[in-house]
Amino acid sequence: MNPESMHRIQFAFTITYHYLFPQLTMGLALLIVILKTIALRTGNPHWDQAARFWGRIFGINFVFGVVTGIPMEFEFGTNWAQFARVSGGVIGQPLAMEGVFSFFLESAFLGLFLYGEKRLSKTMHWLSAVLVFFGSWLSGYFIIVTDAWMQHPVAYQINAQHQFEITSFTSLLLNPWALLQYMHNMCGAVITGAFVMAATGAFYMLEKRFVDYARIYIKVGVIVGLLASIAIIFPTGDLHGKYLAKNQPATMAAMEGQFHTEKGAGIVLMGQPNEDTGVIDNPIVVNDVLSFLIYGTTKAEVKGLDEFPRDQWPTTLPLLFYAYHIMAGLGTWFALLMTAAAFLLWRKTLERSSWVLWALLLSFPLPYIANTAGWMTAEIGRQPWLVYGLMRTQQGFSNTVSSSNTLFTLLGFMGLYSLLSILFIVLIYREIDQGPAAKASAAATVAAH
Amino acid sequence: MQILWFWLVAIMIAAYVVFDGLDLGVGVLHLFLARNEEERHILTRSIGPIWDGNEVWLLAGGGTLYFAFPWLYASAFSGFYLPLMIVLWLLMLRGISLELRNHLNLGVWRSLLDGIFGFSSILLTIFFGAALANVIRGVPLQADGYFFLPLWTNWQPGIHPGILDWYTVIGGLVACVALTVHGALWLTIKTTGDLELRARRVVTPVLLVLVLLTMVSLLATIRVQPASLANYLAYPVTFVVPVGVVASLAGVWIYNRIKKPLRAFLCSSLYLVLMLVGACWGLFPTLLPATTGADRSITLSNAISGSYTLHIGLIWWAIGMALAAAYFTFVYWMFRGKLKPEAHSH
Ligand code: HDD
Ligand code: HEM
Ligand code: HEM
Repeated sequence: MNPESMHRIQFAFTITYHYLFPQLTMGLALLIVILKTIALRTGNPHWDQAARFWGRIFGINFVFGVVTGIPMEFEFGTNWAQFARVSGGVIGQPLAMEGVFSFFLESAFLGLFLYGEKRLSKTMHWLSAVLVFFGSWLSGYFIIVTDAWMQHPVAYQINAQHQFEITSFTSLLLNPWALLQYMHNMCGAVITGAFVMAATGAFYMLEKRFVDYARIYIKVGVIVGLLASIAIIFPTGDLHGKYLAKNQPATMAAMEGQFHTEKGAGIVLMGQPNEDTGVIDNPIVVNDVLSFLIYGTTKAEVKGLDEFPRDQWPTTLPLLFYAYHIMAGLGTWFALLMTAAAFLLWRKTLERSSWVLWALLLSFPLPYIANTAGWMTAEIGRQPWLVYGLMRTQQGFSNTVSSSNTLFTLLGFMGLYSLLSILFIVLIYREIDQGPAAKASAAATVAAH
Repeated sequence: MQILWFWLVAIMIAAYVVFDGLDLGVGVLHLFLARNEEERHILTRSIGPIWDGNEVWLLAGGGTLYFAFPWLYASAFSGFYLPLMIVLWLLMLRGISLELRNHLNLGVWRSLLDGIFGFSSILLTIFFGAALANVIRGVPLQADGYFFLPLWTNWQPGIHPGILDWYTVIGGLVACVALTVHGALWLTIKTTGDLELRARRVVTPVLLVLVLLTMVSLLATIRVQPASLANYLAYPVTFVVPVGVVASLAGVWIYNRIKKPLRAFLCSSLYLVLMLVGACWGLFPTLLPATTGADRSITLSNAISGSYTLHIGLIWWAIGMALAAAYFTFVYWMFRGKLKPEAHSH
């Protein structure tokens, strides 16, 4: 395989794996703040205990996020040296800021949150939860600014050494693409957190264990999950899609499987795009909807891939198409499920509706799939560009690192990550099995650090 | 501006060595110093709440390097591809085993995690030392500014060396021994009773080895990279740095003898910082010397980012560092004092 593909595969593999952890970190951070706030305001120790349990899960998840995040920081240099050499002045900036501003904050206050409950006052403990939340959301922002600049470069110039340089710091940080992407992405993280919490509650409820806690988890999970599931479609997904259609029209056409320009374009719900013939096989189409979604009228013209030279089509186009459809399909399911669950919660019959509890329980992996598919949409959609419109992916990789070296390290990562996955599942399963009730052993594990 | 950023990055690396050095050192000692589960537990507790924050210095330093000296970052990270990946794997194994040994309370598995923790800490110290030695010795930069180093060739520091040769191995050993002392001193601050006593006793012999190795490495450096003396000869007053190195080693010995653990620890921090400063000053203004001819070396002026970028950077960097210093002070203060063996109290 050529070196470029090896670098891409390794990067894609490691970042996709990394993001499995931060999405829960960021989602849970918010939910823990909610639990702690209610505990502080009502003075009810039950909510504190409920939060402590998620603190333990958070702690385990965080460690995995940290160790899988470290390689990401390095890979810009190790695998994308030509890119790093020209982009340091632009995206080196938010990346360095992420370390300086958010990781220090997070790591310091997570230590306090997890190990310092007895040493801190109640308010201070609440405050450390808030700061952990703030730190993790801030780190999400810096990373998205980085990515957004690659999707939609703003406020740059190219200097005499052919390097990108920023011309305005604020425009870099307030890139409209970054704002849209951030809102959408954070809703996705909250969905992951809320689904995991609701699924855990449903599990306890079905097993009839820790029922008091199960109620709390289901309630918080379902309410927050419903709000986020709506917000991810409208307004955030909608706005993001419209901005994308304007700025990366070829990507949009490929995501939707729109091979030809047409007025009153229909939306393809399912099908298999065939790059060679330029048609969708086995399509299920709803007429006019795509034009409406993008331009607000059913008759607007939607650009198709035939408007763009073939070498500007996203590479691996079918994967892009599937990724996008998986994300959007799951998004619809989340909204439906959470609406049903919230309705039953309001009618106070959710606890007895074992069908819905089962659906909540079994749905917990789906947000992970949706988030991964979403990122694949964004990143594959950007191809063949590394920096959209300015630098191609084939100009960015480390050309001194041979593909056999990359294969060697890719295999290493795969082996190590398989091991990590097993460990992670065992640990989380044990925590969930032990449950939130104050078990001496579990409490001691946290205290004993 | 260039010179400022050179030293700012150097400060971040020094902070990494001093802070993460203490938990790496504890890791090195983990398998040897603690005699039973309870003691091993105390060792990990002494770094439990702080190791992640310490490691952030590596990330923040790496990010700042990328931002301020993109060419250096690109060239060095791709050229040192294999050892960096190995370092990454070791960092991962270490972080996971350290955190999880206290979650998995299943006898044998805990010993396995302890083993991994100790082993990866030892290897990391050696790799970091070797990395620094590689930078001092220089790398075979090509005309396009890139290079790729194999892990080893003939173990000689020539034009086409490997990552490991006799010189860089010495560097690795120095780092391993220096951080062992550093970690042991941290333990004399954090522990009580028998453990404290043993930690204190370990310092003396290891310190002797360190003194010897330091001398050897200084001589070896002059032999391998004679140019590193040039700055010192041009500004003789800077010979205070090597003198300071010797003085700080003496300080470690004395304060450890008279049971002033904090001061001994500060002396060993000073030793680490001065060794780094000495190396940086020896290279300055070169960032990465080329073994293939000095005109190919990466220097301060050809690797630096644009000036607007750097000006903006200075503002957020200063704010960010002030905040980080505040968190560090706060966290170390919150977790100050000795760990009590039986108390599960924090
Ligand atoms: C739970 C996760 C989740 C769900 C249900 C959805 N998304 Fe999404 N989407 C993401 C999670 C996500 C993401 C992982 O957060 C992405 C990847 C990059 C980004 O900023 O957000 C993303 C990207 C992303 C993009 C940008 C692709 C690009 O940048 O090239 C668009 C246009 C949409 N989404 C649109 C939608 C629509 C119309 C949805 C309606 C159902 C939807 N998403 C549901
Ligand atoms: C968690 C979120 C992310 C996921 C799941 C993800 C996924 C991917 C995937 C699948 C690819 C390969 C695309 C292909 O080869 O066709 C890729 C490439 C890449 N992504 Fe991301 N990405 C994420 C976030 C980011 C961020 C935040 C950045 C920048 C800071 C980034 C930078 C890159 C780079 C540099 C490449 C390699 C060049 C390329 O193939 O375009 N990614 N990513
Ligand atoms: C190329 C892209 C990325 C790089 C270089 C990167 C780097 C890192 C690093 C080094 C850490 C460990 C921090 C520590 O030691 O405390 C980390 C953790 C984290 N990352 Fe990433 N990351 C990337 C992608 C992402 C994306 C796409 C997101 C979210 C949108 C994200 C969000 C987080 C969060 C919230 C954490 C802290 C919590 C946790 O570890 O679970 N990262 N990342």
